[in-house]
Amino acid sequence: MADLTSNFIGISSPNPFWLASAPPTDKEYNVRRAFEAGWGGVVWKTLGSEGLPVVNVNGPRYGAIYGADRRLLGLNNIELITDRDLYTNLEEIKRVKADYPDRAMIVSIMVPCEEEAWKAILPLVEDTGADGIELNFGCPHGMSERGMGAAVGQVPEYIEMVTRWCKQYYSKPVIVKLTPNITDIRKPAEAAHRGGADAVSLINTINSITSVNLDTMSPEPSIDGKGSHGGYCGPAVKPIAMSMVSEIARNADTAGLPISGIGGVTTWRDAAEFMALGAGNVQVCTAAMTYGFKIVSEMISGLSQYLDEKGMSLDDLVGRAVPNVTDWQYLNLNYVTKARISQDDCIKCGRCYAACEDTSHQAISMSEDRVFEVIDNECVACNLCVNVCPVEGCITMEELAPGAVDERTGKPVSPDYANWTTHPNNPGAVKAAE
Amino acid sequence: MTNSPFTPGIAPARLPAEDLAQNFTDLHAPLDGHEALVAADRCYFCHDAPCITACPTDIDIPLFIRQIATATPEAAAETIFDQNILGGMCARVCPTETLCEEACVREAAEGKPVEIGRLQRFATDTLMSKGVHPFTRGAATGKRVAVVGAGPAGLACAHRLAMKGHNVVIFDARPKPGGLNEYGIASYKSVDNFAQAEVDWLLKIGGIEMQYETALGNGVSVDGLRSDYDAVFLGMGLGGVNALRAEGEDRDGVSDAVEFIADLRQADDLGALPVGRNIVVIGGGMTAIDAAVQSKLLGAENVTVLYRRGRNAMPASAYEQDLAASKGVRFIFNAMPLEVLGNGAATALRCEYTRVEGRSVQGTGETFDIPADQVLKAIGQTLDGAPDGLKLHGGKIAVSGAGRTSVDGIWAGGDCASGGEDLTVTAVAEGRDAAEDIHMQISKA
Repeated sequence: MADLTSNFIGISSPNPFWLASAPPTDKEYNVRRAFEAGWGGVVWKTLGSEGLPVVNVNGPRYGAIYGADRRLLGLNNIELITDRDLYTNLEEIKRVKADYPDRAMIVSIMVPCEEEAWKAILPLVEDTGADGIELNFGCPHGMSERGMGAAVGQVPEYIEMVTRWCKQYYSKPVIVKLTPNITDIRKPAEAAHRGGADAVSLINTINSITSVNLDTMSPEPSIDGKGSHGGYCGPAVKPIAMSMVSEIARNADTAGLPISGIGGVTTWRDAAEFMALGAGNVQVCTAAMTYGFKIVSEMISGLSQYLDEKGMSLDDLVGRAVPNVTDWQYLNLNYVTKARISQDDCIKCGRCYAACEDTSHQAISMSEDRVFEVIDNECVACNLCVNVCPVEGCITMEELAPGAVDERTGKPVSPDYANWTTHPNNPGAVKAAE
Repeated sequence: MTNSPFTPGIAPARLPAEDLAQNFTDLHAPLDGHEALVAADRCYFCHDAPCITACPTDIDIPLFIRQIATATPEAAAETIFDQNILGGMCARVCPTETLCEEACVREAAEGKPVEIGRLQRFATDTLMSKGVHPFTRGAATGKRVAVVGAGPAGLACAHRLAMKGHNVVIFDARPKPGGLNEYGIASYKSVDNFAQAEVDWLLKIGGIEMQYETALGNGVSVDGLRSDYDAVFLGMGLGGVNALRAEGEDRDGVSDAVEFIADLRQADDLGALPVGRNIVVIGGGMTAIDAAVQSKLLGAENVTVLYRRGRNAMPASAYEQDLAASKGVRFIFNAMPLEVLGNGAATALRCEYTRVEGRSVQGTGETFDIPADQVLKAIGQTLDGAPDGLKLHGGKIAVSGAGRTSVDGIWAGGDCASGGEDLTVTAVAEGRDAAEDIHMQISKA
């Protein structure tokens, strides 16, 4: 069994699976149970300034979208930061950390963008013995209307400024949590880096309306007939999150900046993918909220089995796919594949045919007795048939060996790498030296 | 003293009333809303779906399942009824395991097809329970069509013709409509008087007049109908039964399975229905299975189905055979009846083992006796009193194309017509298609 012990910016935890700052980490009862279930760490739900706590809505605060069999694919929420008293939270954090010294305990914080506010809360958090803090610059609803959360995360200068204060008034690691509700994730990451952040974590939730009640015409979740955009999370956001993680990982100005990956991590495989794209660990919320804390058992066993099978350590995995993330212009245009349908595995549903015939390249034939075959001289290898086939592994992409003739173009496959930058159709192509 | 399964001879009330009620409830409970959504989610929405091809009425199954999945079962029902106005009954009685569900790609993938039949019932029940009839009649054409037989073929034909604006009169020999839906299907497949409710719902289209206890040779004749109406559709089914041609066939306790089933369907009190202690059902089709299972459910101690060929040749599907076996029915294959033994009333059936050589079945000479106080014959039905002047094929009315007989102006469909499997769903398809053809013909004039 592979050693999953994680050391993220000097914070040790028995595994790289942390619970993200969210409803599951709002109180001692939950966090203790999470640790008992095996979670490596938690980011305690965001604390606000001393004084009267925020209030939440008293109607529904979550909305969802579903896949087949009502599998929850995406969740959104309009819950705010903790609505419990600051000192209650601090006392609980201190107690739990003392009882679970081997687990990572990070405290999420969101206070107004004023130095005094940060200066006031940071010593209190320091006193809990927690391992670090995470700055909530991502919450997209409610708090952003008050100039906090995503409202800060959308202004790189504020990120840098607040991060500096935190590094000044707090001795332990500072993680900056980024909002995806921006156009270029590299900018806030660079700002955090400049401010001295030990790491960034991303993504926070995405502005979203999950559904509209067609009887009342209210967005869901509906509060007395009205709805507000909430923060979207869950499996549906994973592709967006992974892209953003990879952008930061391969950006020269943020290279080496540790990343805590967040966004739809549901299984060990999701976690491994985030880590391969540069995340040093992952944070999980929706999967736990959907299935309970026990899912961490599968994450631990699955990642461990994978690392054993690959003969890799956890550190080996981190960032291993980053060199393979590139720009479109550098993709090899001489790489040619064709779809291949395994007749043994085919159940003859014909979805590949419908997809190709109706919406793509008319490159799949259908016989009277429902045998589906790829027409090589039409197939552009778009992969749609692979994607819509309900049987995993039934349709695959086969690489044409150099020298083989691509029946679609009538030309032999070149053994050489060639991309758009040098392609004759590219008006801006740089001609190779003769 | 009350009766029990062990009471000798033929006796009523072998089981307590509550057991009988339990035995004759729905074979498959209807899906509730949640179950329907879960079942619907399994459909892959196949291209040119194999299930549609396998459906004799070509119902657009992936579309109606998608409509269920998107919370519009009423629209799903319309998709079904567009093709099959008796979609409610077909959802209950179709041998889906040899039709749509056999063709389902998830049968190939996982051995577990989408539950098309139960989903169809969910959709049709939803719409019918609202009392909604989703079709309206076209402008009146003034044309009149006579339909003989109020079974699935006749009803489907009449409904389609009424939709087109024609006036239809249906004649039926029985006092109630529905044909085999009412008189010939196992009780547990059509509970709560569904057959009648379905006909009442179907007739909401308007323009269809019913005349009961009227049949060819009993109130009407083909020639008379031909001259009085613009077209005639014959869908009177098969009124006769094949003879056993075994000695002692006239002994008490020997009867036709179709009659037994009809009596059971019409019984107000199942406890009043006499049933044997030892029953032998002769035959290998659905009628044999229905009679065997129901006699077991009525409390017979021993029920045996005797079939002269092997299991694989049995017309009843493996699913139906398993259903019967699960209820305690015993199968004897490769054996045929020789003689009903007894003194007045049957006491046993003497049988002979058989050998199948090509298409012929020969006795091996080895015989055995099975105790039998009731013998039910389910060895096939025949066309009773075929109208003069119509060509026959294989003992049925010969038809070509969409049910055209050898005589102009006369169409036929359902069990009485040649070709097709004798299923409710094929009868519906034939009635519907004949109606389209009739409409085309009489609209020309």
